[in-house]
Amino acid sequence: MTKVLTINQSVEMGIREFLKFLLDKSKVKGVFTLKKLNKGGDVAYSLITRSDELKDTVPFFPLMPINAGKLLSRFTMNGATSEPVAVVLKPCELRAFIELVKLEQGFLENIMFISATCGGVYPLNMVHDGTIDKNLSQYWTAIKKEEIPPNLRPACKACTEFIPYNTDMTINLVGNKTLDSQCEIFIESKKGEELAKDKDIKKKYSEKESKKKNLDNFRGKREAEKKKIFDEITPKLTGMDGLINIFGKCIGCHGCSKVCPICYCKLCEFESSDSEYGPSHYESELRRRGAVRVPPNTLYYHLGRLSHIAISCVGCGSCEDVCPVDIPLSIIFKKIGESVQHMFEYIPGKSITEKIPLTTFKEKELTEIEK
Amino acid sequence: MKKDDDFMPKILTFLCNWCSYAGADLAGTSRLKYPTSIIPIRVMCSSRVDPLFILKGYLNGADGVLLTGCHPGDCHYQSGNYHTRRRFAVLKKIFENLGLEHERLRLSWISASEGQKYAKITTEFTQKIKELGKNSTGTEIFL
Repeated sequence: MTKVLTINQSVEMGIREFLKFLLDKSKVKGVFTLKKLNKGGDVAYSLITRSDELKDTVPFFPLMPINAGKLLSRFTMNGATSEPVAVVLKPCELRAFIELVKLEQGFLENIMFISATCGGVYPLNMVHDGTIDKNLSQYWTAIKKEEIPPNLRPACKACTEFIPYNTDMTINLVGNKTLDSQCEIFIESKKGEELAKDKDIKKKYSEKESKKKNLDNFRGKREAEKKKIFDEITPKLTGMDGLINIFGKCIGCHGCSKVCPICYCKLCEFESSDSEYGPSHYESELRRRGAVRVPPNTLYYHLGRLSHIAISCVGCGSCEDVCPVDIPLSIIFKKIGESVQHMFEYIPGKSITEKIPLTTFKEKELTEIEK
Repeated sequence: MKKDDDFMPKILTFLCNWCSYAGADLAGTSRLKYPTSIIPIRVMCSSRVDPLFILKGYLNGADGVLLTGCHPGDCHYQSGNYHTRRRFAVLKKIFENLGLEHERLRLSWISASEGQKYAKITTEFTQKIKELGKNSTGTEIFL
């Protein structure tokens, strides 16, 4: 049983009203959430301190412009925020932020996390071509029925970590039939409980105990979808020829690493002068190979990125979303990432105390790989 | 002149300064014979070897990559080789999952007193790579 605050409004209105209340009563000094830019589907993450700016916020809009974990690390990089901030984000974004905190790229203190059971998000191009609005009602109908809405990001369709970890408050979206009339906020942490104890909150919102919905059925559907998607890519993702077929069309924009929440290095090896090909380099390559791809080192870049971040990949799907040549990056990274994470029974972002496997070790392990 | 079928692989070998390099040195001073396939690179610790180094070697046509370091527990920097082991295991897993030839990568612990072992491992590994043949990445164009 978990404590629940109930607001008798639709989830969208309810959470907005709750955030406004937190700001007005100075429970938090800032709110970080998605905000509409215009009447179309364009949204962007915003940090808001003036409560009248909350009116266009859409906290659970099914879109992820940039992984919020990456954004949070931008303003907590040098230390915790001086004032408390409420942050509304998706489970994978929260997991990404936890990974970044472990990589010393951010601070958790003074942040109140509000997350939800996540139904997935649409690819960004559905905003650009304006189809996202038409899909919204279908999205929420599917979510209420615990189904996977069509046209989602592939990574979202195959995501089995849709229940947030390390959150202070959770809102049940998946399988919640009363989305349009009631907003239930589950209190998940001490921080959340302390806030719920507050007299202003007690006065305003009713509190009860309630059980969280069992989502095994939904998980089953996602597992099946994941298996299907993985099975599709496995035969293509085999051997040097397969890899060249998949990655050969890469134009080298490095967009995937720019949006990746885990790729945090300011000075990326692949953008350093070490990775620059001068004319003399082409000459020597040509002497050896007889022909050379221009620009070269595509495979080195992608496999290199895999070797660096697979262990922490949260599978948010941002990389694939920005790829201009539609390389199925998110599925590749998710598949390889899971296999590597499985070696150490590690789920990125699940626990703040569990160290990232590559930063720690056991004295007796993995003896089978040393010869 | 070498015959064409007399394939001598190129094996990129990372040697840690404190154990394996001394081990290789001992093999030399003890006049032990080991293959000319080895291209040695001295690093201060096996954990200095970023998986990218191995990857770059592999994609540039190295027929094999051998990573060597102190035995677990003997690292000059206390725990470097434990980290190496995890990183190497991860890289190897990635290779396996992508259907790349993970047999071309090898991790071995060679101490400063193990000249014999160094000669044995390099001979063994060279033999294995000879069986695998040339690494096709050396002539691949669309890398």
